Amino acid sequence: MSLVLSVSNLTKIFPSGDREITVLDSVSLELMAGDTCAIVGPSGSGKTTLLGLCAGLDNATAGTVTLCGHELNGLTEDERAAVRNKHVGFIFQTFRLIPTLTALENVMVPAELRGRTDVRAEAFGMLEAVGLADRTHHYPAQLSGGEQQRVGIARAFINKPDILFADEPTGNLDDDTGSAIEDLLFDLNSTSGTTLVLVTHDLDLARRTGRVFRLKMGAVVSEASNTAGPGQGIVSELLPPTG
Amino acid sequence: MNTWTLKFAWRDSRGSRRRMLMYISSMVLGVAALVSINSFGDNLKQAIDAEAATLLGADLSFEGRAPFNDVIEALIDSLGGEQSRRTSFSSMAYFPLTGDVRLSTIRGHERGFPFYGEIETDPPEAASEYLTGRNALVDATLLQQFNANVGDSIRIGTVSYRIAGKLVQTPRETAAIMLFSPRIYVPLSEIDRTLLARGSRADYEVYFKFEDGRDADALVEELKTVLRANDIRTDTIKEEQEGWDRSLSNLYRFLSLAGFMALLLGSLGVASSIHVYIRQRIQTIALLRCFGAKTWDTFRVYLMQAIAMGLVGVILGSLVGLGIQALIPIVLADFLPVDVVVSISWGAIWMSSGIGMGVTILFALLPLLTVINVSPLIAFRSELGVDAKTPRNWMWWATIAMIVVGITTFAILQAPRVLVGLSYSAGLFIVFSILWGVAQLMIRILRAHTPKKLPYVWRQGIANLYRPNNQTLVMTLALGLGTFLIATMLLAQHALLQQINLATEGDRPNLVFFDIQPDQVAGVADLLEENGVPVIDNVPIITMRITGINGETIASMRADTTRRLTWAHRREYRSTYRSKLIDSEVLVEGELVESVDIETIGLIPVSVEQDVAQSLRISLGDTVTFDVQGVAIDTRISSVRTVDWQRMQTNFFFVFPKGVLEEAPQFNVVLTRTPDAKVAGRLQASMARAFPNISSIDISLVMSVFDAIFSRIAFVIQFMALFSIVTGLFVLSAAVMISRFQRLEESVLLKTLGASRSTVIKIMLTEYMVLGILAAATGLVLAIGAGWVLAEFLFEVEFVLPMQGLGVLIGLEILITMVVGLINSRGIYERSPLEVLRTEA
Repeated sequence: MSLVLSVSNLTKIFPSGDREITVLDSVSLELMAGDTCAIVGPSGSGKTTLLGLCAGLDNATAGTVTLCGHELNGLTEDERAAVRNKHVGFIFQTFRLIPTLTALENVMVPAELRGRTDVRAEAFGMLEAVGLADRTHHYPAQLSGGEQQRVGIARAFINKPDILFADEPTGNLDDDTGSAIEDLLFDLNSTSGTTLVLVTHDLDLARRTGRVFRLKMGAVVSEASNTAGPGQGIVSELLPPTG
Repeated sequence: MNTWTLKFAWRDSRGSRRRMLMYISSMVLGVAALVSINSFGDNLKQAIDAEAATLLGADLSFEGRAPFNDVIEALIDSLGGEQSRRTSFSSMAYFPLTGDVRLSTIRGHERGFPFYGEIETDPPEAASEYLTGRNALVDATLLQQFNANVGDSIRIGTVSYRIAGKLVQTPRETAAIMLFSPRIYVPLSEIDRTLLARGSRADYEVYFKFEDGRDADALVEELKTVLRANDIRTDTIKEEQEGWDRSLSNLYRFLSLAGFMALLLGSLGVASSIHVYIRQRIQTIALLRCFGAKTWDTFRVYLMQAIAMGLVGVILGSLVGLGIQALIPIVLADFLPVDVVVSISWGAIWMSSGIGMGVTILFALLPLLTVINVSPLIAFRSELGVDAKTPRNWMWWATIAMIVVGITTFAILQAPRVLVGLSYSAGLFIVFSILWGVAQLMIRILRAHTPKKLPYVWRQGIANLYRPNNQTLVMTLALGLGTFLIATMLLAQHALLQQINLATEGDRPNLVFFDIQPDQVAGVADLLEENGVPVIDNVPIITMRITGINGETIASMRADTTRRLTWAHRREYRSTYRSKLIDSEVLVEGELVESVDIETIGLIPVSVEQDVAQSLRISLGDTVTFDVQGVAIDTRISSVRTVDWQRMQTNFFFVFPKGVLEEAPQFNVVLTRTPDAKVAGRLQASMARAFPNISSIDISLVMSVFDAIFSRIAFVIQFMALFSIVTGLFVLSAAVMISRFQRLEESVLLKTLGASRSTVIKIMLTEYMVLGILAAATGLVLAIGAGWVLAEFLFEVEFVLPMQGLGVLIGLEILITMVVGLINSRGIYERSPLEVLRTEA
């Protein structure tokens, strides 16, 4: 199995007035192709910052990020954009669909940005896979939250990414819908062999991943692996039961 | 550029296209102004080219201030071709039916003129019939003024004429010129020759038409020496055409620049709207970045949208401009010498559209630069947002440089010379900077000093002007510029009237009689006494020319091509003699000699006015030789005076001492003061009956003429100011549209908290009212500054604000702002809180 993401001594410091705030402090981790992991921790622990840096959305103050063989530190913003377009998919808590595009057009965007023109059928297929074949020409405002997130998932997978970053993918959904979205996400993930990085507060969701990194004050305070597979073993022991 | 950019730009604009139309509405009028004015300019040029010959009415004309001498007569005779003479002079026109009199320009014509074009009259046949006897064609406005009709009689000097028709349009004259002095055409053979007595001012002209295709300009060049030596001026079709071209080009260039200002304001409005629009698109931009869109790809998406908006704007602007183009000849009717046929000028449309497009894109680039700085991280953390201000990096400065270069290039293209263009663009930046500064200051003052104790409705209304993404500054700027132009015209007109009033107040003369022959002076004094008015001054006037300075003749100076002679060397001087200075004069050098004995004095000591002394390059002690109607008089400059020409007095360049000119051919000017217009009218009529050759000027008439001329100029400027005002209102409409959702939320929140509908509406009205006040105050501050400069330095009167006029202007502006705001806000304040909350959910 190949190495997809390698993070070494990653540090991010933000200036705040006269002071400096260390949001991430020497974080290191490695993920192989097909791995699933969750980053958990309280608000302000640096989860989203870590996700942003791993995905090449921001520059680290120190340390390195190597994504699918590309060391991101030395790249320009446009070079990082090209890496993202080729290797990365995103799912957002608030869905982040472009309000002026239909569901189908939203799914097409990453593929079109790659320069492909014949993506309509493929996008339609993706929507069909997430159960929205009959909603392709609806605008985001005409879709429910769950439907919007399905479109978001279809959009995330259309470029067949090597790694998928999902930020609280069920955070804005009710339990039933959230659960359905989780199933969909893990199904697609296992089918396509994509590496999955989840940022979440939802411990049940975290339990379904293979590895869990717990962040506190910008540092990884614990890391657990599910040797028995997602949803069982050490991870389940590490994370207290919910409900 | 890949097709994705275009495709995405199109898809992304969905749902915003109506809003975008509103954004571009502010630039439509600016483009319309440019299209209409530049098209009109082309139409005007075509009309002047097509009717060039009719502007002069002949191929060539000679003009002199005295009857042609033998040399010139022989020359005229030798030139052949068809010839027609004309003699023009000022005289009183007396209407026997009503007893009214009016100083007019009398033109005595021979048959033939105009050889090209025609004199337009009502009835049309009068244009040729009036030459068959004692008939006159009279300026239509003059007839209207005195309720006179075709068929009535009019007397000029001692000769009575039947009014054969009204003058509608004549060669070489516009309606505005007619206002200064109404024209009366009579047959040359029927004029009262006594009115052309020595000393009276008259123009003698001869018009030529050459059938043999002679080049009139080459002929003039060939005859230049002899014509100049005899003080004969010439005019050819080409010169006339160039003259009109120049003056009318200046006129339409001025209008075009005013239109350009409206475009700049509109583009600022568009840029301001795009700024808000881009801020609403930040999430989309961040998302695209997440998915791998390159920085310039996203920039190009929104640049494409801005270009598309600009294109729609110029198309709409061109269409509106074509409509307005038809109005311009009506607005400028009084200033045009030819009928302008309105036709589409593609050149003007392309140029104006190009300028409109260019300026809009340049201004749009500033807010578009924000796109470059959007971090993809915002897609995860919307709270990050982007800096409200576009960073002042090299791209920002490069854009600013492009805007400055673009505007300057336009100004240079429109101006006759590069330097004028540069000055104009510098002036434009200064006016904009001052307006911008004043608007900023006003807004800040309002924010900092809004009294805390004001009722809530007021405080909330004022606070609304500072809501995020507000466009208060741009609106204040656009409306303020319009106010500035209109208020400045109002202040200038007020200062002018004040100056005229000042000139006639107290014991100062308000009625002037001139062309009085020496033997008529006693009779005039008697007539004044009979009417109970005083002779305030009786001034003898002698016409003369300078023939030499410091021993060198003007002729030899003329022959020397390296020397440049000025108007002061060539002009005919009207001088007087007296023993003391008058109120309007101040001695700056030497002394005024009271009187001399001509037998013993040798060089006559004369006093010269300072400015003309500079033009003639003479100073104290220099000698000047005058030709006083055939007699050479050698003089020495004994004193230099300054003269306040603004004063309604008989002012002179040269003043002789007593004892020299008493026996020279002369005429007198008598100044008097009448208590009211009625006495003035009666006295003028009595004078015209008793002494038909004597002319008079009533100061109240001068006042009304100036007022009328000024009103026409003000009308044109105010027409242009309207572009700016309406642009401001469009910006306001766009601003209300942009903030619609915010306003909806505010209104719902207030209603939820218990505010009544009327409270919400009052808050909104307060906001628009304060905006109107801000704009009016901004424009007014500048107008008052400009008005003060005009009053202090141009009109030299005490600066007084015409409170009533300004009050009406400000009131109207506030009212219009409130109405436009209200119209655009309809629907916002009607929605129920629950309905909106559900929609939001």
